[in-house]
Amino acid sequence: MHDELVIDAVVRNLPKVMAFIEGYLKQTDCGAKARMQICVAVEEIFVNIATYAYKGRSGSVEMRIEFTQDPAVMITFADYGAPFDPLEEKDPDVTLPASERRIGGLGIYMAKKSMDCMEYDYRDGKNILTLKKKL
Amino acid sequence: MLNISKSVEGGKCTFQLEGRLDTVTAPEFEKELKDSLDGVTELVMDFQDLEYISSAGLRVLLSAQKVMTRQGSMKVIHVNETVMEVFEVTGFSDILTIE
Repeated sequence: MHDELVIDAVVRNLPKVMAFIEGYLKQTDCGAKARMQICVAVEEIFVNIATYAYKGRSGSVEMRIEFTQDPAVMITFADYGAPFDPLEEKDPDVTLPASERRIGGLGIYMAKKSMDCMEYDYRDGKNILTLKKKL
Repeated sequence: MLNISKSVEGGKCTFQLEGRLDTVTAPEFEKELKDSLDGVTELVMDFQDLEYISSAGLRVLLSAQKVMTRQGSMKVIHVNETVMEVFEVTGFSDILTIE
């Protein structure tokens, strides 16, 4: 069983993206904590693509969500924007006090931390990011 | 969706949030905070009915914390387990006063 969504990469589409993910997760026996973690990761990745991938041009994101035998939920994002490997981003220092923390830079870190596995590939002119969350 | 309610008592300001603090709703809360913090010495955020928070929400909390460190205190109360998990992963559990 899998679902797919192709949507314009704009931040205002976030509610549609979340409805797509949550609609799928409702059909699985995914607990509240895992659901929240998956939603956080999806929001951070989608918003990142919508904000940076197309640099002012319009473009789309192709998403696919599926349930695997592990059991796990696997989510794939594909976009045709500038090549960008989020796994190469340096993690923020989460031990700094408030006065020294930068505003921002947390999104990708949160996505990494809330999923069990993230893989990046650049193929056929596409950024392809795969996230996996064990249930 | 996010519902924000605010009560003010002298220098104490309490916000109750209900729903989701995400990329779409965080700017609304940020604006509300910005308009409210003048003269506030005690800021309380009641997260009893907050179901979800993403990095956009954390950014708003961090900037509020920075303001309140200068002019008084801030605490976050009634945090549910899933929101707490986000605070722990990001180190916000050390930055914020959570009760």
